[in-house]
Amino acid sequence: MAAVTADQKTQSTSGTAKAAGQPAGTAPDAADAARLAVFDAAVAADDRIEPRDWMPEAYRATLVRQMAQHAHSEIIGMQPEANWITRAPSLRRKAILMAKVQDEAGHGLYLYSAAETLGTSREELLDKLHAGRQRYSSIFNYPTLTWADVGAIGWLVDGAAITNQVPLCRCSYGPYARAMVRICKEESFHQRQGYELLLALSRGTEAQHAMAQDAVDRWWWPSLMMFGPPDDASSHSEQSMAWKIKRHSNDELRQRFVDICVPQAEALGLTLPDPDIRWNEERGQHDFGAIDWTEFQEVLKGNGPCNEQRITQRRRAHEEGAWVRNAAAAYAAKHTTTPSAPQAQHVEETA
Amino acid sequence: MSAALALGDDALVLSHRLGEWAGHAPVLEEEVALANIALDLLGQARVLLSLVGDEDELAYLREERAFRNLQLVEQPNGDFAHTIARQLYFSVYQHLLYERLAAGGGEFADLAAKAVKEVAYHRDHAEQWTLRLGDGTGESHERMQAGLEALWRFTGEMFQPVEGLDATGSGVDREELESAWLSSVTTTVERATLTLPTGPRTGAWTAGAGRQGVHTESFGRMLAEMQHLHRSHPGASW
Repeated sequence: MAAVTADQKTQSTSGTAKAAGQPAGTAPDAADAARLAVFDAAVAADDRIEPRDWMPEAYRATLVRQMAQHAHSEIIGMQPEANWITRAPSLRRKAILMAKVQDEAGHGLYLYSAAETLGTSREELLDKLHAGRQRYSSIFNYPTLTWADVGAIGWLVDGAAITNQVPLCRCSYGPYARAMVRICKEESFHQRQGYELLLALSRGTEAQHAMAQDAVDRWWWPSLMMFGPPDDASSHSEQSMAWKIKRHSNDELRQRFVDICVPQAEALGLTLPDPDIRWNEERGQHDFGAIDWTEFQEVLKGNGPCNEQRITQRRRAHEEGAWVRNAAAAYAAKHTTTPSAPQAQHVEETA
Repeated sequence: MSAALALGDDALVLSHRLGEWAGHAPVLEEEVALANIALDLLGQARVLLSLVGDEDELAYLREERAFRNLQLVEQPNGDFAHTIARQLYFSVYQHLLYERLAAGGGEFADLAAKAVKEVAYHRDHAEQWTLRLGDGTGESHERMQAGLEALWRFTGEMFQPVEGLDATGSGVDREELESAWLSSVTTTVERATLTLPTGPRTGAWTAGAGRQGVHTESFGRMLAEMQHLHRSHPGASW
């Protein structure tokens, strides 16, 4: 599940809300002003910004942060679903789930590569994730307690992610937009599979139906939180929208998602855990109940049900894999055919 | 015992073990590679088990003593070197076997011809990692050697008779298969600067035991996890 979330987007770089694109503390000279004019014109014309193009430092920093967090979400997001691979109740479902988790690792790889076009490296980004200096989507801090959670994640979490991400296919930064085109195709497929899993449970035995309803009850509100804080509390959105990194506000996307889910829930034969959901004829949209923003803030602060477990597992996999990565580097250094062999200097010492 | 059951169980059980790596691999590329291999094996298992009966009944409702997989594939993952040693031993065997089944024109020829392409990739993956770990750092060399040693005693079972796979019909000559396997594994191990283990490859407890439904202790626990949900909802469909 690719879940770049607005809660991450709004944790934007310091200073982005200031004059567009000036590196902090640098007096713009005439050449910079000319480059900025070219950049602004390209964004205004809906042209793509490419890695070799000049771009404001704040734009670069915002993108690195957002793309890194998006990549981290793919990697951490493998955990709640991988939790059920060994217990999947049929071989067909097991194959679907394995393929999905594999896709997520692949999405992480695309996104780290796309972020690297901005002058960072996967290693650096992973170090920041492990050190708690970069975030991942808050949704993955919730536990998968039953098999139906795998379906609820597909339907709701991937559904929310797609609602957020389809506009990113038109994002102003070319490598990110192109990665999103590929990722959204696969995500849509995952979402349909999640829906179909829930449908099978909903139409199954009484116990299966109850399992599906319980999962939807637990995942509904956290999925709505994936769109981030309400617009009046989302101070950095404006800059991201001006740069055409972001195309719609958090509340617009959240509303769109609710409007999509209500009829789908009916078709599934499941209810959404919100007594205030009703069609508003005047607005032509659904009204819905208040989100518990205190819970959202707690999860962001690290106090969600699985924050500690998720990051610990990620760190452990990385630390326990260090000797394997060192071995690959040492082997490459020994067997390289280039005479200069600069990689040899980068082989880490093993314990 | 049906040969389809034996080959299907090998693929099913090894796929399950590889699935346990998800989210724990040493590098992202290996998350993709291990899941990819697991998926290939699961696909093979589904085709093979379907030749015998209902794939889910066979996977989820048989008890330990009715499984016919090799003890090698049920061995716990251990560290990455241990997993690679298991992959090396098994994928070289499976590749050589499927090549022969594909060429032999028996009942598994079509299935083997399709699977052999996947297994060639699995074999390459295992051989490449054996080289990297064996000829990498001091630590990786030691770990890879330890993995090879620990699993060596399970390798003889691969060459025990399997009803329906011997000379009659399928074109597999076990002795020829065994010598091809030994030669291939020896070459890779030596290129990786490692030493071929010298202990026995079969023993009173391992020779043919998995094929007869006698397994090692961790296997029952693996099945308990795999089958729990399915067994908790008798008759349900998913």
